[in-house]
Amino acid sequence: MLEIKDVFKTFNAGTINEKRALNGVNLKLNEGDFVTIIGGNGAGKSTTLNMIAGVYPIDRGTITIDGVDVSTWPEHKRAQFLGRVFQDPMMGTAAGMEIEENLALAYRRGKKRTLKWGVTNEERDIYREELKILGLGLENRMNTKVGLLSGGQRQALTLLMATLQQPKVLLLDEHTAALDPKTAKTVLDLTEHIIEENHLTALMVTHNMKDAIRMGNRLIMMQDGRVIYDVAGEEKKNLKVSDLLAKFQEASGTEFANDRMMLS
Amino acid sequence: MNISSLLSAVPGALSQGVLWGVMVIGVYITFRLLDIADMTCDGSFSLGGCVCAVLIVNFNVNPVIAILASIIAGSLAGCVTGLLHTVFEIPAILAGILTQYSLWSINLRIMGGKSNVPLLKSKTIFSGLVEMTGLRNSHVALIIGVVIAIVVVMVLYWFFGTELGASLRATGNNENMIRALGVDIKKTKLLALMIANGLVAFAGALVCQSQKYADINMGTGAIVIGLASIVIGEVLFSRFKSFYMKLSSAIVGCCTYFLIRAVVLWLGLDPNDMKLLSAIIVALALATPVAMAKYRTKKAYSPNGGTEHAGN
Ligand SMILES: Nc1ncnc2c1ncn2[C@@H]1O[C@H](COP(=O)(O)OP(=O)(O)OP(=O)(O)O)[C@@H](O)[C@H]1O
Ligand SMILES: [Mg+2]
Repeated sequence: MLEIKDVFKTFNAGTINEKRALNGVNLKLNEGDFVTIIGGNGAGKSTTLNMIAGVYPIDRGTITIDGVDVSTWPEHKRAQFLGRVFQDPMMGTAAGMEIEENLALAYRRGKKRTLKWGVTNEERDIYREELKILGLGLENRMNTKVGLLSGGQRQALTLLMATLQQPKVLLLDEHTAALDPKTAKTVLDLTEHIIEENHLTALMVTHNMKDAIRMGNRLIMMQDGRVIYDVAGEEKKNLKVSDLLAKFQEASGTEFANDRMMLS
Repeated sequence: MNISSLLSAVPGALSQGVLWGVMVIGVYITFRLLDIADMTCDGSFSLGGCVCAVLIVNFNVNPVIAILASIIAGSLAGCVTGLLHTVFEIPAILAGILTQYSLWSINLRIMGGKSNVPLLKSKTIFSGLVEMTGLRNSHVALIIGVVIAIVVVMVLYWFFGTELGASLRATGNNENMIRALGVDIKKTKLLALMIANGLVAFAGALVCQSQKYADINMGTGAIVIGLASIVIGEVLFSRFKSFYMKLSSAIVGCCTYFLIRAVVLWLGLDPNDMKLLSAIIVALALATPVAMAKYRTKKAYSPNGGTEHAGN
């Protein structure tokens, strides 16, 4: 479904701020894989997701989505394959537009924008049903400006928008990190539900080791721009946080360091 | 001071307000929807007037077709600014200034080196109705101007409700999001700048036909008039939230602007001071929300860390 081969990325090459963010990333996702990603500060987790989405061009390597080599495609063109939810709840929705307008924009992800009316009545019925799944009562507020919603509501809406049109791969970058624990749990449960229900292939960066172990069928750990640990199935299910910390030390020779990481 | 002389100036002021209002809608698209202060505006307003005048006077073109040509010329100017901004990543303000600057030379060339082209007895879109009804020029300009303004608002209301128009509004709202949803924001920005400058040139052509001449400097300061009208309109229509009311507020704001101008002239003030007044209106309108926010932040501060009143 998604194949990343030998991808390198150096930011600010040739300057004093030169930073190699990806140092030969290799990753192959099978259809239906739900992979959680953990790793230390600056390990290259966000950069990996950004490279898949085409936010910046890669220096070397190839990225293939569903058999299509998208390595040199611009971000907006890759969007047809990808659903994305960002860490910042403000980033995934248009604050000045209504809930249904946001959904309608997402419903047309990757399609040509024509002079047809932006939201049709049939769509409204679909949106209302989908919003009900979120359980936040947004189905009765479809004409509310998104800017009036809370961070958690916006993030749940972004999640719905990212999956309204089935993506080949769903990219989630610490999408609950900015939310309070209770809201974060709601959004995580929704994430699991939506991924399961639609049999999505997904990559989820998280700073919570327990979530990383609990959710999905596969877990990878990154450090210094590389995948240093990749585990799936039964072995993953039986992992403990202490195992992960030990694995980290074994692979990198240093203590695990991430100031946002929750170990317990 | 004679109140009847003020009253007699009202239809003229209103008609100017409506015709210039078409330009204000163009400014609204770039400034409020895309958050770009598009400096191309001054140049494309003159461009619209110059193209229209030269086509009518030198080439005997039908006034309606002359207006269409002006709109196309204006959107080409917007296209240049848009390409400079999106493809070559020149900051939008600077890209607009460069186009505006070059348009001064281009406009002069269009008018054959003359800084002023009078329409004399040529037919305009207003002259037919004046002859038919015997109404005063300013009244006819007002009637036709209102009809045009309504049509423009309706067409734009439709356009911004379409898939394409919605992606354009979303570009101004959150570039990051709309890119992730598969829209090339270079294209939407370019399109917005073309539509906006097409409208600005449209207004230039209308003003040219109503005042019966085009002048190389007729667009000078148009951007400030546009911004002033937008903020006046927003104050007057602050209760209304719907999109067509927002578009209409641009026109109403512009009419109010020209009424204020008429009063200023009636009071015997120097018309040249209007520029100062306009700049003050815009600066005040843009500064007030920031000053208010700062004041509130300051008031919310307390040394012992009470945060319950903090707001922003
Ligand atoms: N746009 C950029 N310009 C310059 N350097 C960047 C950029 N994006 C990321 N980097 C650098 O690349 C490295 C990897 O960053 P990345 O954001 O991928 O880390 P991460 O694994 O997501 O870490 P975190 O847990 O802190 O989010 C970091 O050193 C970072 O400073
Ligand atoms: Mg990150």
